[in-house]
Amino acid sequence: MAEIVIGVLALQGDFAEHIATLKKCGDVKCREVRKLQDLEGTHGLVIPGGESTVILKLLRDFKLFEHVKAYGSSGIPMFGTCAGCIMLSSSIDGMPEQETLRLGDYSVKRNAYGAQVHSFESHIKGDPAIFGEEPLRAILIRAPMITKCGPNFKILAEHEGHPVLVQQDNILSCTFHPEITGDARIHKYFVELVKQKQMAYKS
Amino acid sequence: MDTLAAHAASATADDHLTGTLAAKVGHAQMLKGGVIMDVMNPEQARIAQEAGACAVMALERIPADIRQQGGVARMSDPKMIKEIKAAVTIPVMAKCRIGHTVEAQILEAIDIDYIDESEVLTPADDVHHVNKNKFKVPFVNGCRNLGEALRRIAEGAAMIRTKGEAGTGNVVEAVRHAKAVQSEIRRLQSMDEDELYVYAKDIQAPLSLVKKTKELGRLPVVNFAAGGVATPADAALMMQLGMDGVFVGSGIFKSGNPKKRAEAIVKAVTHYNDPKMLAEISEDLGEAMVGINSGEGYIMFCNRDS
Repeated sequence: MAEIVIGVLALQGDFAEHIATLKKCGDVKCREVRKLQDLEGTHGLVIPGGESTVILKLLRDFKLFEHVKAYGSSGIPMFGTCAGCIMLSSSIDGMPEQETLRLGDYSVKRNAYGAQVHSFESHIKGDPAIFGEEPLRAILIRAPMITKCGPNFKILAEHEGHPVLVQQDNILSCTFHPEITGDARIHKYFVELVKQKQMAYKS
Repeated sequence: MDTLAAHAASATADDHLTGTLAAKVGHAQMLKGGVIMDVMNPEQARIAQEAGACAVMALERIPADIRQQGGVARMSDPKMIKEIKAAVTIPVMAKCRIGHTVEAQILEAIDIDYIDESEVLTPADDVHHVNKNKFKVPFVNGCRNLGEALRRIAEGAAMIRTKGEAGTGNVVEAVRHAKAVQSEIRRLQSMDEDELYVYAKDIQAPLSLVKKTKELGRLPVVNFAAGGVATPADAALMMQLGMDGVFVGSGIFKSGNPKKRAEAIVKAVTHYNDPKMLAEISEDLGEAMVGINSGEGYIMFCNRDS
């Protein structure tokens, strides 16, 4: 099988942390994506944590927004954490003026837990079929909350009754930051998703 | 680097634990590759957010004015900070005086997202800094060298910035401080483990953090540039020197066209390694802040504490 290349959107945020975590996931090549030509030839794209308003503005300014939207619409796997999860959503509660990529059929509430002093960490249980019995260490930083989720979404992890890791076909969305804990299980799951899609294209 | 989390992993997790080191350090990680802008009112805060700031620093007087007007510079009015908080969705930071634990408590009480214990304000304690480990809110501190950075981290700082020389529009001190830290880290990495005890003593930093820095090959927390950044080229220069992001204080709202300059600096931080893009970005920005060189009545803010 040809080499898998995963792009990490590197406009703003913790893209370096995502790349460091992806490097623990076996034979994958990572590429920082700042321009359209960086996106070409990638088999999956990560939108990192950061500030969603900044990532949105720079996607627009550098004329990447429509291309990234088409990329996800075509079925190529995308993984967003925190700000990335906001970018992949279909809408933001109470903030219709802030555009999203509308790739996932779910809505989010920004800063749902309050200001930074309310940021927290928690050990949560993920879907045991994927993540095993060991809890995931979730760090929620000025995190969004997934408030509504379409029927085709699989909830892979919950915290206090709210979904925090969800998947609909090629779209994987996470409200916390697996990239900063050193635990690569969720990234490995994403890499598997990318590999499966590649296999499916070839057959 | 997920290596930062390795440092933060010392925090013990519980079902819902706030104020952990990982949550504090992690917040700064989300600001990486971004620009934090000084703003004095809700209108400027909105301009900054629309221009792509990843956070704003709320303060009554920007450093250039503090420099010119003199007097004792203190924490800003909480009412003014709250108005700025209400105007934007991005994180809002505010400054407390060095060693002024109560100003820090007040800022925490109004849910500020980050506190800058800043040498730009008049120090309240000329010996001790705030014990930042006692707070749930994260702190950023300035440094001129590795020892100073690690002392602040030992006190609980979750983010470091160069001190630079705020309010001057002159990037020379920020460059000096960034290069000092980077070259000390390179030196540290070439040292034998046996040498670390004396090195830690020499730079007056805790041995554990010296070891951690050697292991990571970088500071154990996010490190931004600050103090004198006035142009997109300045911002890109600091990024090329290995900084994780940039604070711009007086450089934006003391310039001819704040919105345009703010947008340009944000873009320059993303494309810091692309001279062609930087050339495009730098075009037609209007007048930069005038800039102040050292001279009569010039106070070096960066030498106010150590």
